[in-house]
Amino acid sequence: MDYVKLINCMRCGMCLPTCPTYKETFLETASPRGRVALIRKLQEGELDQSERLLEYLSLCLDCQACATACPSGVNAGELVAEFTCERKSQSGLSFMEDLILRKLVPHPDHLETSMVPMRIYQRTGLQKLVRNLGVLKMFPKPLGRMEGLLPPLPAKPLRQEILEITPAVGRERGTVGFFLGCVMSLIFSDASRATIKLLSSLGYRVITPRNQVCCGAPNMLGGDLDGMKEAARTNIDIFAGYELDFIVTDCGGCGAELKKYGHHLQGSDAAEAFSTKVRDISQILALHADDLMKLLKPLPIKVTYHDPCHIAHCQGIRQEPRDLLKLIPGVEYKELESADACCGSAGTYNISKPEMSDRILQRKLDTVRASGAELLVTSNPGCLLQLKKGLADHLPDVKIMHLTEILAQSMDS
Amino acid sequence: MEPSFIKELQTIVGEQYALTDRESLAVYGYDSTPELERLPGAVLLPGTSGEVARIMRLCHGAGICVTPRGSGTNLSGGSLSAGGVVVQTSRLNHLLEIDEENLTATMEPGLITSTLHREVEKLGLFYPPDPGSMNISTMGGNVAENSGGLRGLKYGVTADYVMGLETILADGELLRTGGKVVKDVAGYNLNPLLVSSEGTLGFFTGITVKLIPKPQGKITMLAHFPVLQDAALAVSAIIAAKVIPATLEFLDKVTIKCVEEYAHVGLPLDVDAVLLIEVDGHPVVIAEEAAAVAEICKKHRCSFFQTAQNAAEALKLTEARRTALSALARLKPTTILEDATVPRSCIAAMLKVIQDSAKKHNVVIGTFGHAGDGNLHPTCLTDERDKDEITRAHAAFEEIFDAAIAMGGTITGEHGVGLAKKMYLPKLVGESGIRVMRGIKQAFDPKGILNPGKIF
Repeated sequence: MDYVKLINCMRCGMCLPTCPTYKETFLETASPRGRVALIRKLQEGELDQSERLLEYLSLCLDCQACATACPSGVNAGELVAEFTCERKSQSGLSFMEDLILRKLVPHPDHLETSMVPMRIYQRTGLQKLVRNLGVLKMFPKPLGRMEGLLPPLPAKPLRQEILEITPAVGRERGTVGFFLGCVMSLIFSDASRATIKLLSSLGYRVITPRNQVCCGAPNMLGGDLDGMKEAARTNIDIFAGYELDFIVTDCGGCGAELKKYGHHLQGSDAAEAFSTKVRDISQILALHADDLMKLLKPLPIKVTYHDPCHIAHCQGIRQEPRDLLKLIPGVEYKELESADACCGSAGTYNISKPEMSDRILQRKLDTVRASGAELLVTSNPGCLLQLKKGLADHLPDVKIMHLTEILAQSMDS
Repeated sequence: MEPSFIKELQTIVGEQYALTDRESLAVYGYDSTPELERLPGAVLLPGTSGEVARIMRLCHGAGICVTPRGSGTNLSGGSLSAGGVVVQTSRLNHLLEIDEENLTATMEPGLITSTLHREVEKLGLFYPPDPGSMNISTMGGNVAENSGGLRGLKYGVTADYVMGLETILADGELLRTGGKVVKDVAGYNLNPLLVSSEGTLGFFTGITVKLIPKPQGKITMLAHFPVLQDAALAVSAIIAAKVIPATLEFLDKVTIKCVEEYAHVGLPLDVDAVLLIEVDGHPVVIAEEAAAVAEICKKHRCSFFQTAQNAAEALKLTEARRTALSALARLKPTTILEDATVPRSCIAAMLKVIQDSAKKHNVVIGTFGHAGDGNLHPTCLTDERDKDEITRAHAAFEEIFDAAIAMGGTITGEHGVGLAKKMYLPKLVGESGIRVMRGIKQAFDPKGILNPGKIF
């Protein structure tokens, strides 16, 4: 790791009030400044790579709120991720990591097949039975949490159903490639259907390559940089086969990763060209706000918006989603306090660090309650999973939707 | 530290709030002061003032040193401890009372400064001190360092607002000073002594501050100056014209570039300096004051004068100014920040000294700060790995301090002496000054266990 990146942290503490884990613990070891210091001291030989040190670093959500707050340009979240990648490249992936990151995630077919038992489990009423009997208590805790987080799955993953080419409605204004995230396809297929519908209604021909693979974000999360680069190369090749104005995604996590392909594959013009074309769906819709507004019909509802970290902190997109929500006639927009604070989902964090994740979620739910909103809108599947569960448990009257779902609903109503 | 002693500490605060692992100690070895690190023996996070008293009693008996710490944003090494016990106030963070009849607020020491601002402003009240780090700094730290801030020019500093303190003394006994009374001449006035004592006289567990009515309005302005000295002269002219802005901040070219790169608020990259000016008060009065300020800036050859159109725009500008120090670290990894302060009529002369010293010692110094109250922050942009450059930086600062003292100023306006400026203090206060300070320390803490090695 580049030592200069570590000593650039001048320890001013500006990151502390924005860090979700520091806010919960007040511990320097659980702060961005502390994490940078731990890695630095490890590199300087003052500390060893102890279990405890790794445990401290693993508490980082990589939400990158610290990067937004840092005037010196230090990105503590990214440094922790980089550190994990370097460590894994030396130690190698564990059996489970290899299974998941190399054999499952990069192959959409395998990934989809792996979800079949879950679908059967939910549809046959087995889920109800298991939940009622409390059988889950007999399984390892992470499994129980995963089970609880999963909403009812769609009958089929969207990838298997969606047309490879969706024509533009009316005069064609351009062609976009749609990057369909794994979780969007497997779980939130209605939202991605809405995304495609909005794009085509605004005059875009939408190409959704059937053979695209996972963006590689799970590999980065697991410290598997090589696996991530492999995913990047595959996707770059696939999308290079089409003439595209933009590559659009409705998944904040994918968007953040796709925009970094150029960075990860430094020197590759194709990667750079790919990344510069990537847009979050809100960016495209905001370009055509006037046209979109004409399509929207009234929806009298109080709405608030939660900024996904991967959209606000990693991509710097804050205004567009809010502006889009305000386009809907009848919507009463309520700003959420600390809207860009993490919800505690953070990839698999809500499973690996359940206790901390719950505390962070609780803070978020408190702000949702205080906002008085009837509908919480966000635009990242991780947040949707986490908040859906949180609302169901604690604020059952508040609904949750992806940004494109509410816009599409307003179009149809 | 003896395992049996650590056991006793754990008994007081609970095991999870007594940190002794190598990793935790390592990250409590620094605060925001460049170049300084000390490894503590243990870090404690007490949850009640009673626990603080018990910690003090135990350490006093065992002869173990105690260093209070808030969020660790100290800029003079004041919250570092070599081998002693660091006591972090973060769990003692409750706002206990806002008394609207007496216009006071009472709180625990770990309360974040900006949280106090937010809560009192909800009631139409105002707590003016606003140090650059107010979003994370604690009130206990502010009191111990007598923190200033952007609004110091018109409203003064922390000391001007502290009315009462509850302090745990070195032996664990409680000392109550002041309270909610406006007038109090009973015995020595100990509050101002405790404020700015940098953790060497006692551990604050309760703080009562004075509040004032929130100003009805404010106007935020930004003036661009192609020539540095013109900006400095404009500062003196504004004060001489009997306009006291709440904020009168100066940023030089190097600082402007770094801040703009981070904050994107539209600062000009082609001028030598900008002044950020805020007047607050009654709408009629501030309109007149703003007009006077604009007039003076134009007279001093400002090339552009901008008035923030709304609260959001104003906030953006002042928040951008708050990032100045950290933004300077974009250019070089190590930023050595000083806060030599001079009578405000000497601002122009002081800026000249800073420029000359930087040139003479071949170092890059970015300067920003509270020009209106004479408190500048010349910041040397350097790299701790370049020992030669670090030596030159310190030589430049020594000159700057000497000049500040010669102008009737001081070596530190708001960051404290701590470890970082200890060697310059005798030059300023002389032998008698040091002797009196030592005597005071002796009276409060004869065993010398409270934050030893700081100030003198």
